[in-house]
Amino acid sequence: MDMKRSLTSARIQELIGENLLRLVSFATVLPVLAIIVYIVIKGAPAISWEFLTSMPRDGMREGGILPAIVGTFYLTLGTAVFSVPLGIAAAIYIAEYAPDNFWTRLIRIAIINLAGIPSVVYGLFGLGLFVLFLRFGTSILAASLTLSIMTLPVIISTAEEALRSVPQAFRTVSIGLGATRWQTVWRIVLPQALPGIVTGVILGLERAAGETAPILFTGAAFFLPRLPQSPLDATMALPYHIFVISTQVPGMPVKIQYGTVLVLLVFVLGMNLIATLIRQRARARRMW
Amino acid sequence: MADATLVSSPRRTQEWVINLIIKLSGYSSILFVTLIFIFLMREGLPALRNVPLSSILGERWYPIEGYFSILPLIYGSLVVTVGALLLAIPFGVGTSVFLSEIAPPWMNQIIKPLIEILAGLPSVVLGFLGIQVAAPYLRRLLDLPTGLSAFSGAVLLALIATPTIVSITEDALNTVPSGYRQAALALGATRWQVIWGVTVPAARSGILTAVMLGVGRSIGETMAVMMVTGNAPVLPSGWDFLFTPVRTMTATIASEMGEVANGSTHYQVLFFIGIVLFVISLVVNIVASSVSLRGRTRAERVLS
Repeated sequence: MDMKRSLTSARIQELIGENLLRLVSFATVLPVLAIIVYIVIKGAPAISWEFLTSMPRDGMREGGILPAIVGTFYLTLGTAVFSVPLGIAAAIYIAEYAPDNFWTRLIRIAIINLAGIPSVVYGLFGLGLFVLFLRFGTSILAASLTLSIMTLPVIISTAEEALRSVPQAFRTVSIGLGATRWQTVWRIVLPQALPGIVTGVILGLERAAGETAPILFTGAAFFLPRLPQSPLDATMALPYHIFVISTQVPGMPVKIQYGTVLVLLVFVLGMNLIATLIRQRARARRMW
Repeated sequence: MADATLVSSPRRTQEWVINLIIKLSGYSSILFVTLIFIFLMREGLPALRNVPLSSILGERWYPIEGYFSILPLIYGSLVVTVGALLLAIPFGVGTSVFLSEIAPPWMNQIIKPLIEILAGLPSVVLGFLGIQVAAPYLRRLLDLPTGLSAFSGAVLLALIATPTIVSITEDALNTVPSGYRQAALALGATRWQVIWGVTVPAARSGILTAVMLGVGRSIGETMAVMMVTGNAPVLPSGWDFLFTPVRTMTATIASEMGEVANGSTHYQVLFFIGIVLFVISLVVNIVASSVSLRGRTRAERVLS
């Protein structure tokens, strides 16, 4: 009986189909694993204290990548300064204050569209508004502002989700005890939603740190033999540097190329890992 | 009560200010979309005055001699995007069906983080690997003059679009009520029949949204495509079009904006391409979100 049932054509179809899907899934994620392993193997030999802490020499074909590392750090920090407070405040408005009306729907559509605009178009916008119109020049300031607006929808969406996941009863009790709406948000809802918000912020900044197109015309420098001195200086940055040394500099040693890619990868995936850890820890400790 | 207002008066002002700041922040997204639109128009629209429409819709992109046809660039974007989707839809949808319907939890815990890592890989890293590894390999494998072609671009774009498609399709599959599956199983369907006969059709509007956003992601992608497609803004001339170099709209902006004089015709045309990209992403996103909204109301109707 059992044997007979397991050999019907529907069963065979199921067996083939499910294994096909398994194969497809493996084929999708195996390249990811391969990419990481390959970059680590090829890039690791280039990594040394000198590589991380010294200036490029000999037309970037020797020496280190310090200015690019510092530049990416500054740009990420600059992006955080603008996008984190604005993004969280916007999320608070949408999740806690906004009435369900035309304007709120318009805000939602705007956020969806901000998320969809191509990164190079952000670059054009940053060039038009920050570099030329506001006369910030090609600078860390202009690039950070451009990256901030690009990062905003990520931060708003994830922070909104985190705020909404806080049970309604928390708010009801707080308001019932006489707290105002803002006191409720600040003392009750925000602390509960914090791990989710931090995770979203890090994921947004991770994206900003790896972007090249938005900074191409707003703040990235091909080569600078010194560290940036002020927010109005242009800067080297890891993603743009990778583009430069893999397409614009002939005779570039492969070792330095892979080494630079590995440093960016560690930077970006390190942020990803921190975000994941925070999320898991918060889930484990959640009381509701 | 009068007492209470008296005591809390400075606090009231403070709260009023805070609430105002929060409200303004909430509306900032509308401001930014508007600003982006205004500045693209401001810099890009004059192109239409300085370049005749016959040139914009001509056959050549050769800015030095005043040929500003965006058709080869639109073609470039289209061919890599379509190619990418032909790869990314089966792999992306297949992976999400596997994750949400078949895979045991421990396998989910391995595959999902890998998809997330793929989503987080900077496109310049994929572009670099495209130049270093994929293009030379394809060149040898298919005996081509160069591996930097539309096909290489499509393969990389497929990798970039897949995480978007996976995460949204998976959400869509997860929102299908489990009662649907149980009912089908109770009628004697195999798990496979449930998947293709019930679950996937029930989630189709969500899957459509996923595909639309995959389109948006692919058309807007810049660095990876710029690095591996060979940078040749030409219309197709034969059946080997998939294996010849192309150039997308995004790559054209990225590679030429650094070299043009601000305010020149060339500069304006590059902004004009930005307007085209902006409008495309607007349409794609509005369609995608209206599709999923319609789907949700339909699901609600079915359930009530």
